[in-house]
Amino acid sequence: MAKINDKYDLSRIKYNYRSEMGRYEHHIYFCAGAGCISCGCADVARGVKESLDELGLNDKVKMIETGCIGLCSLGPVMLVMPERIFYVGLSPKNIGKVIKTHFVDGQIAKNYCYQDLKTKEYIPCIDDIPFYKDQVRIALQGCGTTEFDKIEAYIATGGYATLHKAITEMTPQEVIDEVKNSVLRGRGGGGFPTGVKWQAGHDAVADQKYIVCNADEGDPGAFMDRSIIEGTPHKLIEGIILGGYAIGATKGYVYIRAEYPIAVNRLSKAIDQARAMGLLDEPLFGTDFQFSLEIRIGAGAFVCGEETSLMESIEGHRGEPRQKPPLPFQAGLFGKPTIINNVETFANIPYIIKHGAEGYTRYGRVGAHGTKVFALAGDIVNAGIIEVPIGMPMRNIIENIGGGLIGGKEFKAAQVGGPSGGCITAADIDVPMDYSELIAKGAMMGSGGLIAMSTDTCMVDTARFFMDFVQDESCGKCVACRIGTKRMLEILQRITKGEGKKDDIDRLLELGAVVKDTAMCGLGQTAPNPILSTIRYFRDEYEAHIFDHRCPAGRCQALTVFEIDPQTCIGCTRCKKHCPTLAITGELKHAHVVDPALCIGCGACYSSCPVDAIHPTKREEN
Amino acid sequence: MSLSLENLTCNCDHGSTDEEKYALIGQMIDAYKDKEGSLIQVLHAAQEIYGYLPLELQKFIALRMNKPLSEVNGVVSFYSFFSTKERGEHTIHVCMGTACYVRGAQKLVEALEDKLGVAVGEVTPDKKFTLDVARCIGACGLAPAVMVDNDVHRQVQPSGIDAMLKQY
Repeated sequence: MAKINDKYDLSRIKYNYRSEMGRYEHHIYFCAGAGCISCGCADVARGVKESLDELGLNDKVKMIETGCIGLCSLGPVMLVMPERIFYVGLSPKNIGKVIKTHFVDGQIAKNYCYQDLKTKEYIPCIDDIPFYKDQVRIALQGCGTTEFDKIEAYIATGGYATLHKAITEMTPQEVIDEVKNSVLRGRGGGGFPTGVKWQAGHDAVADQKYIVCNADEGDPGAFMDRSIIEGTPHKLIEGIILGGYAIGATKGYVYIRAEYPIAVNRLSKAIDQARAMGLLDEPLFGTDFQFSLEIRIGAGAFVCGEETSLMESIEGHRGEPRQKPPLPFQAGLFGKPTIINNVETFANIPYIIKHGAEGYTRYGRVGAHGTKVFALAGDIVNAGIIEVPIGMPMRNIIENIGGGLIGGKEFKAAQVGGPSGGCITAADIDVPMDYSELIAKGAMMGSGGLIAMSTDTCMVDTARFFMDFVQDESCGKCVACRIGTKRMLEILQRITKGEGKKDDIDRLLELGAVVKDTAMCGLGQTAPNPILSTIRYFRDEYEAHIFDHRCPAGRCQALTVFEIDPQTCIGCTRCKKHCPTLAITGELKHAHVVDPALCIGCGACYSSCPVDAIHPTKREEN
Repeated sequence: MSLSLENLTCNCDHGSTDEEKYALIGQMIDAYKDKEGSLIQVLHAAQEIYGYLPLELQKFIALRMNKPLSEVNGVVSFYSFFSTKERGEHTIHVCMGTACYVRGAQKLVEALEDKLGVAVGEVTPDKKFTLDVARCIGACGLAPAVMVDNDVHRQVQPSGIDAMLKQY
């Protein structure tokens, strides 16, 4: 590969790639995000190639493998350009037909387009799909529309030109000022203003400084960073180099989870490409500035997402947090000044430098400008990755973009901010998704996991789930977190078993307050949040468990038996087949009955019933 | 640098005898020696080559890297990705992230335990599978998800377990 020395080299690559692509009438953006890969998109991609060969379309149509297009629950998906027709739910069986109908017959294969579940209408054009309509893509720009494994493709979209502009025309201070004016806040959870952090890094005096990208995305229910890395690894690299230039660091690390092998692979390939083109490890664009970037792979410890633990882990030690101060910008990695930012934060930087702070502050609201990426998951129809202006009401996200809850169920609450966050209830569904507004409601923006829960979810059990997670991931260094989370988990376990004591709620509140105040790092300080927030909004559910020995949602097995409504039951025998304890009896086409003595409350019958005849009810004590 | 990543993801034969594997691990350690803070990366590669990290191997790594065994063992025991017990040919990770949990991952674990006849964390008698649970693997749109080695299986139901295992 030829080296890039100046902006003319960048223009040349851009021109060559574009004219190469311009030879084709159509382009197929084929999603090769991790979601689609696990739905077997490789077989479908092969199907596309074979169909194009068979139909002799190779001069006319070019297939490009891209990163995540966003609608993960409908994968494998592809987008046909320039018509912007979006096909979903592809399989090796139907792909041949879709290709033929679209490219040979010149018609839209409508039945394979997105279907609106409410109106039953097919929506062929991606821009008309409610999931995409209200989105603004900055951090995700290019994700799903560029070839992730070609540096040329990134350069063709204007990539690395921003880096060139910054390094040849701007001083580090000017770069920092731009970021400061954009009011970009850290997207990893803390929400600290990035420009202020960079200023501290810039002002620190040392022979060596480091810049670190935190890609240890461990919150259950969050996969934004993964999509960015897999879809546009070069944008991340450009963002990190810009950060390095701004603070005066010549070396950077990306700390990434071992659970993301595809992301590791694509990023290391991208780093190799950037190195081969002279963008890493060599003086950049004829200036004195040079930068090197290395990947460090984690080993499955949630606490390593906490910045001081992350540095310990990069140094090859147990990932236990350090006492602060000194703060990382004073003495961080290997004792040197270090600035740590999240993947999404870095992914915003090229846009901010390219369009200036004004370009960025057009979106969002005062105090929290720009956009935020969310990972939609849980009981929601359109699970996937979205990016919206900060401040968008949650209702818009759940109902329009997310398409409501699966099976038309009623929305109960959304867990925002993962195990460090809290829940937003149906009463607060109009809350603007903004740092301060969420904190006022007892949740937090966190890294952007948004898990929608229906009325089938037990909030006590949800709190227990998060506490189980945090307790397991507690590193054990400080007493508050090590023992506090254990005790809180024990209390929750006994409540969900119907063995709660009358002052358990007060005990949880007291313990929660102590752990919050005294734990050493962010993991422990935020660990009680799910409990505190569910007690705040769903105290009645806790009380039902403790005093009535009843789980209102019918989730807690020890407290629940199921019963069948004989009027509604159609006698299809499905529940009988699914019951693991043979507690259900009944003949075909006759109402079935559950024997409460045998029922273990697992809910297998409940989820198998086609007519909703089965309902949880309180287990009577003997 | 590229050495570690290739070793992490490749499926090539790393030699069959223990001596060959130790020799390979030794070579790799030498390549890393002068890099700051490379212990975790070395352990990753060693586990890829040897399959797991028994005490003997930890001693070997400690000696070769000129570190106390306590430090190596401390790191190995801290991170859930490292295993000191022999693992099956394939590792099944049932995702227990929030989204998967909400959509029935616990039942899936129980069904797999039944099917394989082992508890979570154990190896089947034929050494084919290790059953494990994972923290969120980031495939929440596909919940409940199961990861077998590096393949993610989407929306797995207890009834679909046989079809999934048959592929291995």
